[in-house]
Amino acid sequence: MRASTAIAGIGATEFSKESGRTELRLAAEAVLAALDDAGLSPGDVDGLVTYTQDANQEIAVARETGIGDLTFFSRVEYGGGAACGTVAHAAMAVATGMAETVVCYRAFNERSGRRFGQPNAGLTGQPTSQGLEMSWHVPYGLMTPAAWVAMFARRYMHVHDATSEDFGRVAVAMRRHAATNPAAWFHGRPITLAEHQESRWIAEPLHLLDCCQESDGAVALVVTSTERARDLRRSPAVITAAAQGAGAGQMMMTSYYRDDMSGLPEMSVVGRRLWETSGLSPADIRTAILYDHFTPFVLTQLEELGFCGRGEAPGFVRDGGIELDGRLPVNPHGGQLGEAYIHGMNGIAEAVRQIRGTAANQLQNVTNVLVTAGTGVPTSGLILSSD
Amino acid sequence: MTDEELHELAGKQVALGEMRGAPAPDPVNVPMIRHWLTAMGDTNPAYLDQGLAPPAMAQVWTMQGAGQNRSPVDDLLAALNGSGYTGVVATNCEQTYHRYARVGELLTPATRLTGLAGPKRTALGVGFFATWNVTWYGDGDEPVAEMMFRVLKFRPREPEPERRPPYPLQPAVNQDTAFFWEGAKQEELRIQCCADCGELRHPPGPMCSRCRSANRSHTVASGAGTLYSYVVHHHPPVPGRATPFVVGVVELPEGVRIVGNVVDCPIGEVEIGMRLKVTYRAMDDRLVLPVWAPEES
Repeated sequence: MRASTAIAGIGATEFSKESGRTELRLAAEAVLAALDDAGLSPGDVDGLVTYTQDANQEIAVARETGIGDLTFFSRVEYGGGAACGTVAHAAMAVATGMAETVVCYRAFNERSGRRFGQPNAGLTGQPTSQGLEMSWHVPYGLMTPAAWVAMFARRYMHVHDATSEDFGRVAVAMRRHAATNPAAWFHGRPITLAEHQESRWIAEPLHLLDCCQESDGAVALVVTSTERARDLRRSPAVITAAAQGAGAGQMMMTSYYRDDMSGLPEMSVVGRRLWETSGLSPADIRTAILYDHFTPFVLTQLEELGFCGRGEAPGFVRDGGIELDGRLPVNPHGGQLGEAYIHGMNGIAEAVRQIRGTAANQLQNVTNVLVTAGTGVPTSGLILSSD
Repeated sequence: MTDEELHELAGKQVALGEMRGAPAPDPVNVPMIRHWLTAMGDTNPAYLDQGLAPPAMAQVWTMQGAGQNRSPVDDLLAALNGSGYTGVVATNCEQTYHRYARVGELLTPATRLTGLAGPKRTALGVGFFATWNVTWYGDGDEPVAEMMFRVLKFRPREPEPERRPPYPLQPAVNQDTAFFWEGAKQEELRIQCCADCGELRHPPGPMCSRCRSANRSHTVASGAGTLYSYVVHHHPPVPGRATPFVVGVVELPEGVRIVGNVVDCPIGEVEIGMRLKVTYRAMDDRLVLPVWAPEES
């Protein structure tokens, strides 16, 4: 499968706090925008992939956009952990001949509709495996993504002598990148470390500015064979490696029972697969799109993926490592902290732009970009490369 | 006293008929009338001009201090109190005026019990209605005013057991996990234990991941623990909880971890490594949560 498939088109709606439109309409708009970007028409599409959490069924999106027969459709589980997984599924389908052109999409009104950051007492509603898993935590009031992550963050601080400022530097960098990205919600609105420190507590040790925003919007990606992509409107972003990963003893956001809680073993699974299948190493990556719903896990990902050693991420960030001119620019678009929270899908689009050379904060000499998906959950990753 | 005995006593008291009380300590007088008129806002000049008392003052002249001037009513009220009908509420008061009392006149009350009805079920509780009459006599033993008075003496309801609102954050429970929550109700911290290889496991599940056995048992943990990590939840508000509150991952000496609230400890004193002991919180009528307090508290 290596390099045989590529992302040929990307599309998105505007990113907002209130789209004023249905989620299905957002999905359809993004899918059509991605097809236009690729120079394809809805009739060319024979596969659709989205997240299990997406409210828009594949057949509904197909109806709205004029996509005809589908020979492949798939959903990827585990919240934002699905992001790169949708591309992995699409690439598998194309590589195996299940489909020729697959569109991956994610659309939601996550700010004006159901907000993931708000407590949902229904998490423990049914004795499904996930309902039972949540039942060891929700009755104690441990029921928001920020609090679930804060439990790991506190342990990380304890094990590695890290501080809230170490988390804050991630937020400051993301907002600095977003400030010069016109598509970002926080375009023109950088923050200082002092502002981070002064922002109110959400779940100690996380401040408000450790938490990504909540957004309305949609992103879609067109996956086809690299060979075909070469004949399309844009230069292909080749899928050099794609991986999913869950760790031993994995839970959704609450894997507190398996190890020292200072890492993300599932991201290590993904990283290992990416390096093995691509033959690349961290030194080959020009920029990384690291899932940043909460700042602490950006540090952990740098370590799990081998960009620095265990416990070295705070120093890596303090030394400017993730800045646009740093050793490994992270999220040049501003990430979910700065651009928008589209469940990781907007990060994949940024990786494609960096490969194409069309990003707002374009880096020079971009050959390989690593992208990750949701952290704290079973996750996924990609390495995209120039052709 | 039984209800029958109360009626028997009432019958005796009724049979006593009217019993004179002590005369008023002072005669009908101008200062009291003036004071009463002022308090009531009654501007009719006729009373003071003609030396007459407002009829509604009838009770004023002979109102007694507590425990004085026993009447046939007092024994009955005492018996009702002694039988558990301790609540009291006045239900009727009807006054009849025969003539004005005059300044200088000395009034004497006379009381007769007229009836006891009950027990009756009322909104306040089960009780008896006691009714009596008081007549005030003036100079020449002339009746000046009469009053029919009725009270309900009731047995106050037992205070309702405090009903907690249902706690909104209930766990999902199935046959793999019910033993834990049942244990919490009995203030036992139960940890799943493989019945074949003895492996402890929390959170529990249907299979032993070490030996594949589905034969499960549980052990009761010592209740000691060490705080492994924690969060202080501030925002957003959580149903059924006041913020801020602390949730921790607690490591047990038995070798497993469990999540629970850290309680009875100032938030600023919570720290990783602190020694804890389990305690229990009833969240509502059906859920008890094992939570954690500092060991020394």
